[in-house]
Amino acid sequence: MSGFAQYDLRHDDGGEAVLALSGPYLVSTIGAVDEELFALDGPITTVDVSGLSEIDTVGAWVACNLATRHEAEITGASERAERLIAALDGTAGEEKVAAERLPVWERVPAAMGTKVFNARSGVYGVIGFLGAIVAASGNLIRHPRRFRWLALVRQLELVGVSALPIVGLMSFLIGIVIAQQGAVQLAQFGAETLTVNLVGRITLRELGVLMTAIMVAGRSGSAFAAQLGTMRLTEEVDAMRTIGISPMEALVIPRILAAILMMPLLGFYAAGVAIVGGAVIGDLMLGIPFWSFLMRIQEVVPTYDLWVGLIKAPVFGLIVALAGCYHGMQVKGDSEQVGLRTTMAVVTGIFAVIVIDAFFAVFFTEIGWG
Amino acid sequence: MAIDDDGRELGRHERFRGEYPIVVEGLVNRFGEQTVHQDLDLKVRRGEILGVVGGSGTGKSVLMRSIIGLQPPTEGSVTVFGKSMTDSDPDENIGVRNRWGVLFQGGALFSTLTVGENVQVPLKQFYPDISPALLDEIARFKTVLSGLPEAAAGKFPSELSGGMKKRAGLARALALDPELLFLDEPTAGLDPIGAAAFDRLTRELKETLGLTVFLITHDLDTLHEICDRVAVLADKKVIAVDTVPNLMQLDHPWIQEYFNGPRGRAALTAQALDELRRHMDVPIAAHAVKALDNDNKDGA
Repeated sequence: MSGFAQYDLRHDDGGEAVLALSGPYLVSTIGAVDEELFALDGPITTVDVSGLSEIDTVGAWVACNLATRHEAEITGASERAERLIAALDGTAGEEKVAAERLPVWERVPAAMGTKVFNARSGVYGVIGFLGAIVAASGNLIRHPRRFRWLALVRQLELVGVSALPIVGLMSFLIGIVIAQQGAVQLAQFGAETLTVNLVGRITLRELGVLMTAIMVAGRSGSAFAAQLGTMRLTEEVDAMRTIGISPMEALVIPRILAAILMMPLLGFYAAGVAIVGGAVIGDLMLGIPFWSFLMRIQEVVPTYDLWVGLIKAPVFGLIVALAGCYHGMQVKGDSEQVGLRTTMAVVTGIFAVIVIDAFFAVFFTEIGWG
Repeated sequence: MAIDDDGRELGRHERFRGEYPIVVEGLVNRFGEQTVHQDLDLKVRRGEILGVVGGSGTGKSVLMRSIIGLQPPTEGSVTVFGKSMTDSDPDENIGVRNRWGVLFQGGALFSTLTVGENVQVPLKQFYPDISPALLDEIARFKTVLSGLPEAAAGKFPSELSGGMKKRAGLARALALDPELLFLDEPTAGLDPIGAAAFDRLTRELKETLGLTVFLITHDLDTLHEICDRVAVLADKKVIAVDTVPNLMQLDHPWIQEYFNGPRGRAALTAQALDELRRHMDVPIAAHAVKALDNDNKDGA
């Protein structure tokens, strides 16, 4: 008994062609012979399977297939082979197994077209979502007792308090980088002392809030999308509706409020830590004593720089939370959607924040807060 | 490689001829403070359908996961095809994984692949030299063997109903022509007609393919209809393994309540009716069914 699947095509005197299969015909052995068997030229009148040591459905399938293609007869089947061959009767088909995959030159334009076409419904969706939030807020203002304080506090903790270490570390490093790089460039004009102005103004006006918004989008925007998306998949959102709880009030509003409330605090904290980082570099590299650096900040940074940051922060928070919640609530179908929507929440959140930041920059300069 | 009863290593293409493909001895599973299994012993005979029953939380799924090596037990030994699962890594190739198929509760189909491609995954993993044309043919006939329409082979799992997902999962479990099949609550969530059809399919497949089936279930009809023996999990161990009629004689409170409760009796009646129908040409009148049911209640 050999360990390999084998075949032998014999022509006997009567012009009969007998294909004798031998060895184990199993899913594990068939790979060696199946292409050769498929390529065999007819005519074959008989497929002799008496020499098979082992057979499973795949082996039986190959034997059956040979017999049907050459209109041959199967002989010498053992009891097991017969049972398998009988079970396979009528299971042949032509259906495509793999999903249709278009070539690149068709797929890319098609995807583009779908995107453009879907953009309109996307806009409708976002406006509808905003409307639902406004309606839910209105409801909550009329019935303040329905507001979920506990959920809000929990989200405040998740969005704000637990973000403190990472936002602090990031800002500290950014402060160091700005001060160090700024000092190198300013030294060319002999204006190292202006490093204080640079660090103070840029962190309070721009970077503190912007980097925090990006961090919050990555931490909380994605978490919102993933949480809400999973709740949609497990039908928790539907269960809430049937109990009479509005998911907008219970899930979305606390998250959005938390982001709006925490962003100014986090942004201010980030700017503060970045200034400290700058002061450390000032002390170590520029010879500006740590405390003098902080005192100079008060003199050179106009108060409106602080306001610019603080006004932008809640808007950024709103955008990031909206993107997260909107995409989370759009999840339907399978688990793959959750990942997809989470990515989209972060990408659209950060993109929108940067676009709005550009508008703010122009706006504040125009009103004389340059 | 798997090892036969007499200690000989099985060839790659040889079927297991020992008496017990699965042997569990002294199994202990503990999660923190909570003990799920304590000194659990179980042997599964070759060629039988072993039903595993037990209340919720008695660790039926944990037992299955321990046997297939997904859940390393705290203590004890699990031997599958003569090969110790407890001494090997979960991802180590020990030559038994191509001898079994597992149907998870939700089907656990890969959602980015069609049903046909799902069936091909284990084939490609173990036997990369099979030609693509034959792979497609195998995927199609396994799909049909599992009781799905042929058109399902090209569909994604998200396009299928719950029952169809189970059948698709079964098709993938059968992809390698396994000798051992694990089914985790295959009929849960199916309508009675679908469940009965799935039971029939399991039985047929077992007979044609010569499978050994390890079947976790809550479905009393399944137990009566297709299981050769039933293992009862209670008090952290297997308290009894026997045929259903023998089990019903036992004097354990949980077993009594399980098999002789209202649902147990209904399943028994259905079984008896089925038996009757097989021997009668005339349809059975409703009052006869009722009488039989009452009889059964008195008997219990």
